[in-house]
Amino acid sequence: MAAPIKLSELAVGASAVIREFPKADPASIRLREMGLLVGTRVTLVRTAPLGDPLEIKLRGYHLSLRKSDADYVLVEPAE
Amino acid sequence: MALPSHISSTLAHPSSTRTPVYALVGNPNCGKTTLFNALTGLKQKVGNYPGVTVEKKIGTAYSQHGQPITVIDLPGAYSLAARSPDEAVTRDVLLGRRADTAQPDRILCIIDATNLERNLYLVHQILDLGRPVILVVNMMDLAAAAGLTVRISRLEQALGIPVIACEAVNGKGLIELKVAMSRPDLPLARHAWDVPAAIAPAVTELQASLVSHDCKAPFIARAEALLLLTDHDSVRVAGSTPLHARTAEILHTWQKRWEDEGTDWAGALVNSRYDAIGRIAAEVILQTGETGPTPSDKIDAVVTHSVWGWAVLGAVMTLLFISIFTLAEPPMNWIDDQTAILATWVKHAMPDGDLRDLVTTGVIGGVGGVIKFLPQILILFFSIGLLESTGYMARAAFIMDRLMNRVGLNGKSFIPLLSSHACAIPGIMATRTIEDPKDRLVTILVAPLMSCSARLPVYLLMIAALVPGDRVPLLTKVSIMIFMYALGTLGAFGFAWLFKRTLLKGAPPLMIMELPPYRLPRVKDVALNMLERGALFLRRAGTLILGISIILWFLSAYPRAPDGTTDQQQLAQSFAGRAGHLLEPAIKPLGFDWQIGIGLISSFAAREVFVSTMGVVFNAEATDDTAPLRQAMLAAKWPDGRPLFTPLVCFTLMIFYVFAMQCMSTIAIVKRETNSWKWPLFQTAYMTGTAWILSFVVYQAGTALGF
Repeated sequence: MAAPIKLSELAVGASAVIREFPKADPASIRLREMGLLVGTRVTLVRTAPLGDPLEIKLRGYHLSLRKSDADYVLVEPAE
Repeated sequence: MALPSHISSTLAHPSSTRTPVYALVGNPNCGKTTLFNALTGLKQKVGNYPGVTVEKKIGTAYSQHGQPITVIDLPGAYSLAARSPDEAVTRDVLLGRRADTAQPDRILCIIDATNLERNLYLVHQILDLGRPVILVVNMMDLAAAAGLTVRISRLEQALGIPVIACEAVNGKGLIELKVAMSRPDLPLARHAWDVPAAIAPAVTELQASLVSHDCKAPFIARAEALLLLTDHDSVRVAGSTPLHARTAEILHTWQKRWEDEGTDWAGALVNSRYDAIGRIAAEVILQTGETGPTPSDKIDAVVTHSVWGWAVLGAVMTLLFISIFTLAEPPMNWIDDQTAILATWVKHAMPDGDLRDLVTTGVIGGVGGVIKFLPQILILFFSIGLLESTGYMARAAFIMDRLMNRVGLNGKSFIPLLSSHACAIPGIMATRTIEDPKDRLVTILVAPLMSCSARLPVYLLMIAALVPGDRVPLLTKVSIMIFMYALGTLGAFGFAWLFKRTLLKGAPPLMIMELPPYRLPRVKDVALNMLERGALFLRRAGTLILGISIILWFLSAYPRAPDGTTDQQQLAQSFAGRAGHLLEPAIKPLGFDWQIGIGLISSFAAREVFVSTMGVVFNAEATDDTAPLRQAMLAAKWPDGRPLFTPLVCFTLMIFYVFAMQCMSTIAIVKRETNSWKWPLFQTAYMTGTAWILSFVVYQAGTALGF
């Protein structure tokens, strides 16, 4: 098992599986309510033209989140 | 919480004449508004929840037998653990926490078939409430196109409630839905899921306290207990009943205990809900087709591209402004003509006197001057609605977020601010899509700094007076204009930055935003929304506009000059004229005299009124051509013979108009949108204060430099 990296460090087009939420604050709860759970597969679709925010795809829908929030989602890149 | 499936619920008063009340709930972007419009048609009432600026929409649908059914369209929500005022209202209505809205008898949940799992999260929370629920699975056609088969009967089996497949856009499934809604009794959900063991005792204890202290029904109490445990810092809004002290105490004791133990209590509850949903989804969804890039993905490859994205954004915004200015012009002229015709008609119909003058000049003239902007406002509402319903709005916010973040705002402030270049009113009303209350307030506070179309005639007049010669070179005109627009925009961002750093400081909120698939706009829904917002504006600002119009008329009409005096003399010796004199010491350091002072006061009706007031003040023929007025203004002198409208004064006056808050309609709307007089007054003070200081600096520095 590869060491988890930050979701914000994932390459564009790459998929990963969520491993950990190092910060259990209200913000991370809302991320989980939106379906980002440990074990959920996400794909980094693109970054916005200025590099931030990110667009990810999970559970069949697209979500935009800022890099500063994506820093608190640790993922394990999938093949 | 497994319930025997034979339990069913009957409406509270099946035999009484009370119409059953349904609450319509669903995630944002799931087609809820389309379904609501399809169910209720034009039988809707739009208002506000008292104390909060959240739209309250209630409509009447008719059952198969023609019985009326009340439907409350609750704001879109991802979860009942509210993170925005919209979601807080949805939560509070469903939990019966709002005294102004009756707790709904039944709940209509609408979900997006293409996005079943996340949509089911809210449904899962709602089923906890123990109320009869009908589930509408919308966008079945889009799911099929995406290669998904949603097995409705399996879903019905798993949940134990009526589930209806639907395509709200073309009315498919509507009859079946109405049949279900007309049923005298509905089965309650077969709703089993495991509350995590660590949390279960807290749920029981909270539930007991909610029943005994907060007088909740057992089911609602349980749902509320579960909700309180997912909510770290729930959003409280006005009108919501607070928790009993004992209940709050129990909650804090448990939370503290878990925090000390390191238990991720809120996360555990979310996980267990998704576990249950995952089991249902595995039964219900069949991936039958290939999942290549969807049409939406292909559009996004261009629209959010690092180069093409800007081009598309620029093109969309240019088109928006061209359409506002070209489409709005004919109806604006028409309204101008009609108010003139109406005023003439009244003039003939009424006997000569003050009352006639009040009606023609004060009421018809004053209100007409504001109504004139209605076409522009409506076109903006329509355009914003179009951008929202196609899904482009979210992309514009996605592209602009980084830039807006520099001043502490987020991407969703972009369209409201940009729209304010045409008119701040639709811009301010469009800030309702900004979830974070602080970001929303800051956007409202700075929006009127964006130069609006009512400032345009003032700028044009000043540029004409500023530049010598009869014909102003286009380049000069354009560059001064661009400078003023840029100054306003810069000011707006500067103040946003300042307010976010001082007045409305706070940790940056989580900025997440769904990028929904592109959809063809539903012109009918967008048009309906435009009319509702237009009516809302008139209703909200109407009284104030009427009142201020009458006051402004009174100020310029009294005291009466003796018969035979000209309009110019009348205005000069009126209260407005005296106010101008009174104002002169305050504006003299800016290079303005009392006559310009009258113009500043009258601009309060709408900034462009400055031009017509100057026409009266300097006794110039009122025509479409500014040349006579320009001549008259250039001839105007101070008592000591110095010319009044020097290029520096014209320039300073423009600076003043960029920053000053001089629009009663905007003040009325800000009052409504912030629910207090505090913010519009603050806004008027800071804007006008800035206008004064900057004008002072420009005029004094300019004078010192010899301009």
